Amino acid sequence: MKYLDEYRDPAAAVRLLDEIRRVSTRCWTLMEVCGGQTHSLLRHGIAAELEGTVELIHGPGCPVCVTDQADIDFACQLAKRSDVIVTSFGDMLRVPGSQGSLLEARARGGEVKIVYSPLDAVELARRHPEKQVVFFAVGFETTAPATALAVMQAAQDQLANFSLIVSHVRVQPAMESLVESPEHRVQAFLAAGHVCTVMGYESYDQFVERYQLPVVVTGFEPLDLLEGILACVRQLEAGETRLENCYSRAVQLAGNQSAQDLVQEVYQIADCRWRGFGFIPSGGLSLQEKWQQFDARVRFPDCGLPVIANSECRSYEVMTGQIKPPECPRFGKQCTPETPLGAPMVSSEGACAAYYRYAGV
Amino acid sequence: MENQQQNMTGSWQLNCPVSIPAETDCVTLAHGEGGRLSRKLIQERIISALKNEFLETADDAARLPRLEGPLALTTDSFVVSPLFFPGGDIGSLAIYGTVNDLAVNGARPLWLTLSLILEEGFPLVVLDRVLLSLAEAARSTAVKIVAGDTKVVPRGAADGLFINTAGAGELIEPVPPGPAFLKEGDELVVSGPIGQHGMAVLAAREQLQFDPLPQSDCGSLLNSVTQLRERIGDRICCLRDATRGGVAAVLQEWAESSGLTLSIDERAIPVTSGVRGMSELLGLDPLHIANEGTMLIAVREGAGQEAVSVLQSLSETADARVIGSVKTRGLVPVTVKRTLGPEQPLHDPLGSPLPRIC
Repeated sequence: MKYLDEYRDPAAAVRLLDEIRRVSTRCWTLMEVCGGQTHSLLRHGIAAELEGTVELIHGPGCPVCVTDQADIDFACQLAKRSDVIVTSFGDMLRVPGSQGSLLEARARGGEVKIVYSPLDAVELARRHPEKQVVFFAVGFETTAPATALAVMQAAQDQLANFSLIVSHVRVQPAMESLVESPEHRVQAFLAAGHVCTVMGYESYDQFVERYQLPVVVTGFEPLDLLEGILACVRQLEAGETRLENCYSRAVQLAGNQSAQDLVQEVYQIADCRWRGFGFIPSGGLSLQEKWQQFDARVRFPDCGLPVIANSECRSYEVMTGQIKPPECPRFGKQCTPETPLGAPMVSSEGACAAYYRYAGV
Repeated sequence: MENQQQNMTGSWQLNCPVSIPAETDCVTLAHGEGGRLSRKLIQERIISALKNEFLETADDAARLPRLEGPLALTTDSFVVSPLFFPGGDIGSLAIYGTVNDLAVNGARPLWLTLSLILEEGFPLVVLDRVLLSLAEAARSTAVKIVAGDTKVVPRGAADGLFINTAGAGELIEPVPPGPAFLKEGDELVVSGPIGQHGMAVLAAREQLQFDPLPQSDCGSLLNSVTQLRERIGDRICCLRDATRGGVAAVLQEWAESSGLTLSIDERAIPVTSGVRGMSELLGLDPLHIANEGTMLIAVREGAGQEAVSVLQSLSETADARVIGSVKTRGLVPVTVKRTLGPEQPLHDPLGSPLPRIC
């Protein structure tokens, strides 16, 4: 298949693996930021092939995993109301809040629907004027333009029954918060290709400058990942710290301007609570004042709940690279995709789920 | 407001609560109450579409002839949404699903029962289309619908139409021994590209604009099973149509029954570009996606290629491939070799990303 097979060619992959092994004089520690990259690294056996040459720490880059439990609880509370339809992307439905998931809320009679695009939720609101349609907007900068467009569409159609729970998170502040932590071991970053497709990668210049760590914009297919890893290793071996783009077929320096314009029109940068991480300054987005009527928290002010935190889950240590998922004593025992203790075991992009599914035999 | 008042005062409509319009274009609760409309529905629409000597007697039970071999009996319910999808519909699905269950279990399918659960308001023309498709599928697989039932439930209590079919067939010797008798070295064959049905239904339901749009493999396996059994019958260990849960679910069940490890190579498995593109985009694994006319066959060591040649000579299974083999029990029941790296465990699908596909 065009654009897939050529980036999964086993012979080319073996050549890149050999080259990485040849260039490395020691074992380097890299972090891939995006959950999609984590899955690809494990699914295609790259992490296992590089054992001893490159250690890959699986970063916080699964938006479903870092969505604050309070937001999930809020969505579940809304789903209990007979006048509300809660909509979101499929993955979000299975993630447990402090008192169950949206899927469980649906089983108990709540109206919860999977949509494939935020505009489908707007369409649902148009078709059901008797209901309040709430879209649970999760995702990095990659999904924010689409949810911004949904808000603008709803405003244009003068829909008074559409609102958002905004849980959009921003990648770079999380990376900053990670490297600010004294325990961090990351020597170079593979930056998330899809986020850069939208946001560009100019802003990483300052990051590289400030933290003196190489950042390589990387894609998702096996060869993309291997090229990104090789570029990191070459920089580290040469003692360099540069910003590089190894995903130029999709990413341009300035990103996608019209997508950024949409985000800027609707959202503003906000401090944000990340599940497993805590409070991250400028770590998320919120609706601007002029779009407040589409904020579900404004529309339903009485639906919040206190969060009961689950102390058994060690997802913070997993997402900051302090432990690998199998090192958690509950991994694969009390904590499986069927009975997840934390979000990284639930989401299809979570690091624990990736290990559970793909770890070698 | 003005209009409303005019209606209330200006015109009187007589609406007698017990009268039934002479002809309706949709199913009403009266169609399920056993009276004249019920009889009319059954006689004029169902029996006339499915015509055969058993149905014509219109007794409450079909009297069937004695068989030489033992009887195989199966039942399945069909709740797919939408009712019509690229490559099939609930009618053909309800016949092929049950026929395939009998065929892969070593039986010659003979007779089916048909139960329809209709939602009040269901358009009769749509029912006719489903019955037409059902009749055609029954004719093409030489099975007869010998008994049936129709119920109507109030609007909102069902989603248009649910179907149940039960099927009976005669076991033909030698019956494949089954997955408990798998042996180390046995070869695993898939009869065609996987994941087509689940993806076709998903794309149709969610109106996903893919090009090419995946087509369901909804179809009969009877001919390919018959040919396979005639040619290499004594070397077939087990067969199974890989419906819900896809190929992964069948492999898990077989590994569990046999206590052995089943290993497959992802690169050998046929997947159409449409299904592959959708899987990549939606983050799904074709191994977990349902099929409705594709089966997995385990044959004795050395018979894999022969099975593939037999299947490839038939148009409906032209893409059959050997995809793996049976090994001694390792750490995990099912393993898959992907593009690079070591073998990985293949898990059961967890929950369904695609509800109501059959």
